[in-house]
Amino acid sequence: MTFPENLKYTKDHEWIRTEGSNAYVGITEFAQSELGDIVYVDINTVGETVEAGAVFGSVEAVKTVSDLFMPVDGEVLEVNPLLDAKPELVNSDPYGDGWMIKIAVKGSLDSSDILSAAQYRELIGH
Amino acid sequence: MDTETLKTTALSDTHIKLGAKMVPFAGYLMPVQYEGLSIEHETVRNAVGVFDVSHMGEFIVKGAGALDLIQRVTSNDASVLTDGKVQYSCLPNADGGIVDDLLVYRISADEYMLVVNASNIEKDWNWIKQFNTEGVEMKDISDKVSLLAVQGPKTAEALQSLTDIDLKSMEYYTFKKGTFAGIENVVVSATGYTGAGGFELYFENAEAENVWNKVMEAGKPFGIKPAGLGCRDTLRLEMGFCLYGNDIDDTTSPIEAGLGWITKFTKTFTNSETLAEQKKNGVKRKLVGIEMLDRGGIPRHGHDVVDAAGNKIGVVTSGTPSPTLKKSIALAYVPTELSKTGSEVFVSIRDKALKAVVVKIPFK
Repeated sequence: MTFPENLKYTKDHEWIRTEGSNAYVGITEFAQSELGDIVYVDINTVGETVEAGAVFGSVEAVKTVSDLFMPVDGEVLEVNPLLDAKPELVNSDPYGDGWMIKIAVKGSLDSSDILSAAQYRELIGH
Repeated sequence: MDTETLKTTALSDTHIKLGAKMVPFAGYLMPVQYEGLSIEHETVRNAVGVFDVSHMGEFIVKGAGALDLIQRVTSNDASVLTDGKVQYSCLPNADGGIVDDLLVYRISADEYMLVVNASNIEKDWNWIKQFNTEGVEMKDISDKVSLLAVQGPKTAEALQSLTDIDLKSMEYYTFKKGTFAGIENVVVSATGYTGAGGFELYFENAEAENVWNKVMEAGKPFGIKPAGLGCRDTLRLEMGFCLYGNDIDDTTSPIEAGLGWITKFTKTFTNSETLAEQKKNGVKRKLVGIEMLDRGGIPRHGHDVVDAAGNKIGVVTSGTPSPTLKKSIALAYVPTELSKTGSEVFVSIRDKALKAVVVKIPFK
């Protein structure tokens, strides 16, 4: 499994990639593999400011539904438009076309809740 | 539940070695998937897959009063069985619900095998026992027996080299006892829970790894794969087969659940009077297949079925995205007046009322 060095991670298995004052958020390769085939991504928080650790949506695999947690305080700007028709992109390309939301970062990424790739690997034992 | 307290099957280590994701199910540590649910599902639909379902329970009921006991506790008419025939049936309770659903195997006129759900082994045993007033011999062989369900359209061809029994000529819901993979007294049963055709094999635990390996070897040219409980559920749901604990339970009547076809009033059995009345006068709710029309989520066990105004009118008992049909399907109890094919209902998923339609099962 890969956990790119240029991303930050959370214990809830989300990744975050900053781009200026905005950031992209998705779930990790480990998360998608634990969930199995993803069939629906449900995010209704566009335009809302969501606190770090709060739920911004949910992801449905064949057998399970899991909440998606905001990695950092931020405003949800956009949901990945590709996921409505192709939710399986989260499985096949979790760090690329399988991104979930674009946010305007409002909180700090220097928190102890934000993990490096190495720290995340250690957390999941990979 | 603690993993340490879970029971294992004779093949648990084999599954772990194959990289299966193991989960607690009915008190057992069972493989939910190996390679992935969808690929296993497709393998069973199109080729052949192998499920370890050794957690299922098996009782032997033997003696002069065996048939009489079975007739008193089950809803279907076991007197129509001949040697080598299998029947789907259920154990009605005294309050209008179902203790369990089961298969009844007629080994001989005085000997039967009952195959019950793993979660209900003790409950069924105690239930049947209380009706055994005539001293019929009952044996719980669940912990001694392993069960493989080899399922899919290529199963007969894939397994033929392992036995002299002519698999292709066996009719659905019949079984034969014979030599299979070099082991004597294997029950080879043309049954299954997938709607894909195939065979279920009952044999002693000591032979489990041997049989598993030989089945995998024989199936190789046919694309055989191990299949987990995950796709067992999506496969059975596409067929509209009931799952005990989800679609039927102690509170659902077989008439409501669409199991009228295994409820025969040619004899008396537990609560048969009430059920006969239900059949005659109708029931208030029915278990139906529904297909989602709106996108927005997957219908799942416990979701409310609502009307256009949002009032609760029923409940989803099982639901899944269908890997074969590429749409979301579910079984749900709805008011009888809405149970006709084409009726419009809504399913409440995360506070959204999503449109669905009642369809015929098996789902198409």
